[in-house]
Amino acid sequence: MKLKQHGFWDDVKKYRSLLLMLTPAILFFLLFAYVPMAGIVLAFKQFNYTGGIFGSPWNGLDNFKFFFGSGDAWRVTRNTALYNIAFIVVNNCLQIFAAIMLFEVAGKWFRKLTQTVLFLPYFISWVVVGAIAYNLFNFDVGTINVLLKGLGMQPIDIYNTASYWPVILVVVSAWKTLGYGSIMYLAAITSIDTEMYEAAEIDGANIFQRIMKITIPNLMPTVIILVLLAIGNIFRGDFGMFYNMVGNNGLLFSSTDVIDTFVFRSLTTSNEIGMSAAAGFYQSLLGFVTIMLANYAVRKYDKDRALF
Amino acid sequence: MSSTTANIQTTEVRRKRGNTDRLVLSIIGYLTLTLLAVFCIIPFILVVSSSLSEESTIIEKGFQLIPSNFSTEAYSLLFKFPAEMLRAYGVTISVTLIGTVVGLFLTSMTAYVLSRRDFKWRGRFSFFFFFTTLFSGGLVPWYLMIINYLHLKDTLLVLILPMLMNVFYIIVMKSFMSSIPDAITESAKIDGAGDFRIFMQLIVPLSKPALATIGLFIALAYWNDWYNALLFISKSELMPLQYYLYKMLGNMDGMRKAMMASGAVVNTNIPTESLKMAMTVVATGPILLAYPFIQKYFVQGLTIGAVKG
Repeated sequence: MKLKQHGFWDDVKKYRSLLLMLTPAILFFLLFAYVPMAGIVLAFKQFNYTGGIFGSPWNGLDNFKFFFGSGDAWRVTRNTALYNIAFIVVNNCLQIFAAIMLFEVAGKWFRKLTQTVLFLPYFISWVVVGAIAYNLFNFDVGTINVLLKGLGMQPIDIYNTASYWPVILVVVSAWKTLGYGSIMYLAAITSIDTEMYEAAEIDGANIFQRIMKITIPNLMPTVIILVLLAIGNIFRGDFGMFYNMVGNNGLLFSSTDVIDTFVFRSLTTSNEIGMSAAAGFYQSLLGFVTIMLANYAVRKYDKDRALF
Repeated sequence: MSSTTANIQTTEVRRKRGNTDRLVLSIIGYLTLTLLAVFCIIPFILVVSSSLSEESTIIEKGFQLIPSNFSTEAYSLLFKFPAEMLRAYGVTISVTLIGTVVGLFLTSMTAYVLSRRDFKWRGRFSFFFFFTTLFSGGLVPWYLMIINYLHLKDTLLVLILPMLMNVFYIIVMKSFMSSIPDAITESAKIDGAGDFRIFMQLIVPLSKPALATIGLFIALAYWNDWYNALLFISKSELMPLQYYLYKMLGNMDGMRKAMMASGAVVNTNIPTESLKMAMTVVATGPILLAYPFIQKYFVQGLTIGAVKG
């Protein structure tokens, strides 16, 4: 080989301006992602403020023993996974249904108006959703109780009854994501080859057969990918949603506490820093494993659409 | 192809049957979509009409879809002494403006470098950024990093910095920029232009649609942010709008005290229920007003995301 050897520093010199342009992003992700990743050691330490993250004394697996011994670990893990499973099933079914209807309904202005209205909840903050929930569920003045009283029924104390909340949270999640998801699915339906529809029509298929035999099968790849990726995030709770809907209402924790709200509370209210770091590490590990499995599944299914 | 009379007859029959099916589907479609649209919009109407109801009626009858006693009492009270609300607005507007401009610049610059096919390490750096979405240190080390090492507690910067860049936006931007022909960069290089100049003078103007979409996503995230304030802001003068609303919703006593201290009201007779709803309307207002104009950019963004995975 007579070619001139390019060393590492030659490359650095060659790409110096591109590397310079990357520097802010590299610094950003180092500071806000990679250094905190190293901070995982905290999960194995007895934290004190003088020692900080790296100077505090080690305490082995005590933080994990505390977390798993309290019974909280199982409760929050179960809640996080079950809520996410319910969200995935309900939200995707509704979104696909709405997308098919939006595609089939003829009126152009009706379609536009509906899409605009369905998409609206996506734009407001969880704080505002919390205010809306208060308007609906308040015991004394909430709209639902106004309606119940109007029908001659007893008002219900929603904020003090844990059993209502799984249903409420599933409905709220469907409400917030319906427009967003149906637009994604509508885009996928629109990209289906129209020749297939024409061929089906010539063959005498009616519109329901067309939906069942062409639209839905052609939508399946998109559905499978989105669902698999959502499954990859099954141990990540939507903190904004749970925190603004439930807040620090301990009466509801049995059915509403997820890993994210638990870690937040342990950190800010009970100040159990080591234990909450352990719980956070546990969540990161679970999340990492599930997302790798999900990505493996996506790869097997359709290599081009895998995350990596 | 020649068409016989028999053929025409069968297609005629089929078309008629097809028309009934179509009609059935249309009825189902219009009906269910209308129901879903009502389901999505009713909460908004409820909040607005509650904010326009007289307090005594709310206490007596509860929140109603159509106010039976119309009153703008809550709004006039809110606008009589708007200092705190205005300050929260100011914080949110400055954070949104700075965050969006800087965030968009950094996101697109990073995306451009990663989209350059002649950049030897683009794969490695892409993975460096992407890995942060797969694994993280969790809330606690991140929180301590910001408080104890960067000392950002109770600064305006803490509302901007943590949300400045997002891997998803970089990926979307990168895939958009990959569709710009390499020849543009190549010929500019031959003319002696540097990489940064190529980015600023050629790539940025060509990427306007993607910049508008991503910029609006970033702006919306800043406008709606309350989480960073919840964790890092305790001074009332640094509270952004959403967090201020959050505080007020949960703490009407604090609101009452603040209003009495500022002289807005002398008695304790404050219309708390309608006031909560009026504050919600005022905090959401700008988004709802901008919504019809910005909606299409978000649709574009989601569509890119859906197609690219």
